[in-house]
Amino acid sequence: MEANTYDAIVVGSGISGGWAAKELCEKGLKVLMLERGGPYEHIKDYKSALREPWDLPHRGRTTIEQKQKYPVIHRGWAASEAVMDGWVNEEDCPYTELKPFTWWRSYRMGGRSTLWGRQSYRFSPMDFEANARDGIAVPWPIGYHDVAPWYDHVEKFAGISGSIENIAHLPDGQFLPPMELNCVEKDVAKRIKQEYGDKRHLIIGRTANLTALIPGRSKCQFRNRCWEGCPFGGYFSTQSSTLPAAMKTGNLTVRPYSLVRQVLYDKDTKKATGVEVLDTETNQTYEFKSKVVFLCASSLNSTWVLFNSATDIWPEGLGSSSGELGHNVMDHHYNLGASGMVEGYEDSYIFGKRANGFYIPRFVNIGSDKRDYLRGFGYQGSASREGWSRDIAELSIGGDFKDALTEPGQWTIGATAFGEILPYHENKISLDKDRKDKWGLPVLAMDAELKENELKMRKDMLAEVKAMLSIAGVKNIKTWDGGHAMGHGIHEMGTARMGLDPKTSVLNKWNQVWDCLNVYVTDGACMTSSGCQNPSLTYMALTARAVDHAVNELKKNNS
Amino acid sequence: MIALLTGGAVIGGNAFLTGCSSSEERNLKARLKLTPQQVAFLDEVAETILPTTQKSPGAKAAKVGSFMTIMVNDCYEAPDQQIFLDGMDKLDAACKKMHDVGFMEATAEQRLVLLTAIDKEIKGHMLQKGQSPNHYYTMFKQLTLLGYFSSEIGYKQALRYNQAPGRYEGDVPYKKGDRAWA
Repeated sequence: MEANTYDAIVVGSGISGGWAAKELCEKGLKVLMLERGGPYEHIKDYKSALREPWDLPHRGRTTIEQKQKYPVIHRGWAASEAVMDGWVNEEDCPYTELKPFTWWRSYRMGGRSTLWGRQSYRFSPMDFEANARDGIAVPWPIGYHDVAPWYDHVEKFAGISGSIENIAHLPDGQFLPPMELNCVEKDVAKRIKQEYGDKRHLIIGRTANLTALIPGRSKCQFRNRCWEGCPFGGYFSTQSSTLPAAMKTGNLTVRPYSLVRQVLYDKDTKKATGVEVLDTETNQTYEFKSKVVFLCASSLNSTWVLFNSATDIWPEGLGSSSGELGHNVMDHHYNLGASGMVEGYEDSYIFGKRANGFYIPRFVNIGSDKRDYLRGFGYQGSASREGWSRDIAELSIGGDFKDALTEPGQWTIGATAFGEILPYHENKISLDKDRKDKWGLPVLAMDAELKENELKMRKDMLAEVKAMLSIAGVKNIKTWDGGHAMGHGIHEMGTARMGLDPKTSVLNKWNQVWDCLNVYVTDGACMTSSGCQNPSLTYMALTARAVDHAVNELKKNNS
Repeated sequence: MIALLTGGAVIGGNAFLTGCSSSEERNLKARLKLTPQQVAFLDEVAETILPTTQKSPGAKAAKVGSFMTIMVNDCYEAPDQQIFLDGMDKLDAACKKMHDVGFMEATAEQRLVLLTAIDKEIKGHMLQKGQSPNHYYTMFKQLTLLGYFSSEIGYKQALRYNQAPGRYEGDVPYKKGDRAWA
């Protein structure tokens, strides 16, 4: 094989890129994986993960310097001393907010796969049928039955713990043993069942933490320090899972510091020939050739690459012929919820730190339930006993105060909602050609917001959680709504949607760019609607499915 | 979390512009290099808030004074740094006013009476403070609680700590007096 020539190029090393690389390598292709950030080696580079919490000089808090350097990350809860190195350097990589947009980025090996929340839920037939049924945007070109075997495939490898529930709109999967609801959560689940029958469920979260052994990895140790990187490989990440599998084949080459500037497009064959890479350390550019390109650079960055590709043919970029490239940005709107106090259970406590909570799957707009908005939402939460940061009645300082704080307090329970955002053509990203990043490349401009459907839904999200907690006997319930800027749900998706018609979609039903069939986009960019479930598992399944298609196509062409 | 306890936002939580001239900045930087005496003063303040008891060592043993110094230097905005530094003198003056002796010379009992009185006064202040400046005592208390419970002594002696529990159980028996998990 010629130097710089591979069978396949994978752009990005996060959850989707890792899966693309593993599947392509295991099917015998020589693969180049390009990561724009630096190395982040499994175990060795998890610097804080085995340190004791008290060894952090600021005990988890960030410094003024970090606040200035990472303003976007400081908008949410992710600014934490142990993981600050994981977030993108915002000075080097700015973006433009025509409307508020909170973009959580990690530019290093593994992308956000080491930092992710690990909640893993299948989309259901209802979700894939939603757009067609409601006459919203365009229909999905695939149904649940197309993806189901690939959900099986990725769940078995990634290791998803969860309980079998037989809920039609939250399909069961190939689960490892479920984690345990605690005594208060079990009681709340029971009371919800008594009140709502089979219409509502409070179940244990489905999470990509190992509750049983998978070869080469260890079980979750219940430290709840996942995002520092797990020295046990106790949860799914590129580093713990897909990368070692891909490396084992001998077919993978990984190149860090490789920012893909564009897909190289040959107008005669109407195919991509490879990619152009800017080395972010040396500023040199390189060309790498391949038969097929997988864009897995994260939802918005995959579209950024397309914006910058084949502009001599399509000024708005490769895949823009439909006029939909960059449009239909979605996310899950959240940043609201409720919490309250639980009486009793003073004789009960927990052991271990569960990196998981409960899940209340969607129950609105299902069956005979009809609301004044479309789609729905789910809740994630947990019950726990209060810790040392609580107020102690009648005590302010001193020995009794201290000793009281060393004991657990009352039980509390809280939940936050994650709601579906509809795909609106006018919610879009584009290139801000007047603003450049550290390497002189145009940055993204975000122009997206919640609309009436989401705002109506938010009211209901608060009303329903309050109602359920009340029914469960929770006292002193407080609801909160911090407002939602797009992107803040860290489930940003869309901008290169799949569809049945090249005139109205960017990708076909195999995640191929309609305008250039040997380019596949399999990360969140491809989504046609957002559901309200955490989406990463779906990206894994769609990626594995697309690789299978790509390899079959290559075989056909070769024979 | 700590915000709840002290009735206001966690100090250092928000960045805002400051109008310091460079000479003021230099002056502030110099003052932020706390002397061993000042660290000892902070240790005693912290020890008054969370003293050694039969159950566990106190804030002084957990070196909370040094922790406060690091936090004020690295995590506080300039106006809060100023308030913190001035606060040590103010507290000392308040002690002289109440007990006719400086804080370091006061007995543990006198210190407790003083800080209990200030704590009571501050709870009202923080609840309705709005945009008005933070109070030095709120800083001392927040940093004492954080510094103590996040220290090795806090994790292992005040609370219970298990680095790798290996499992989760959602209903284990608890009896009054058992320590909380860190």
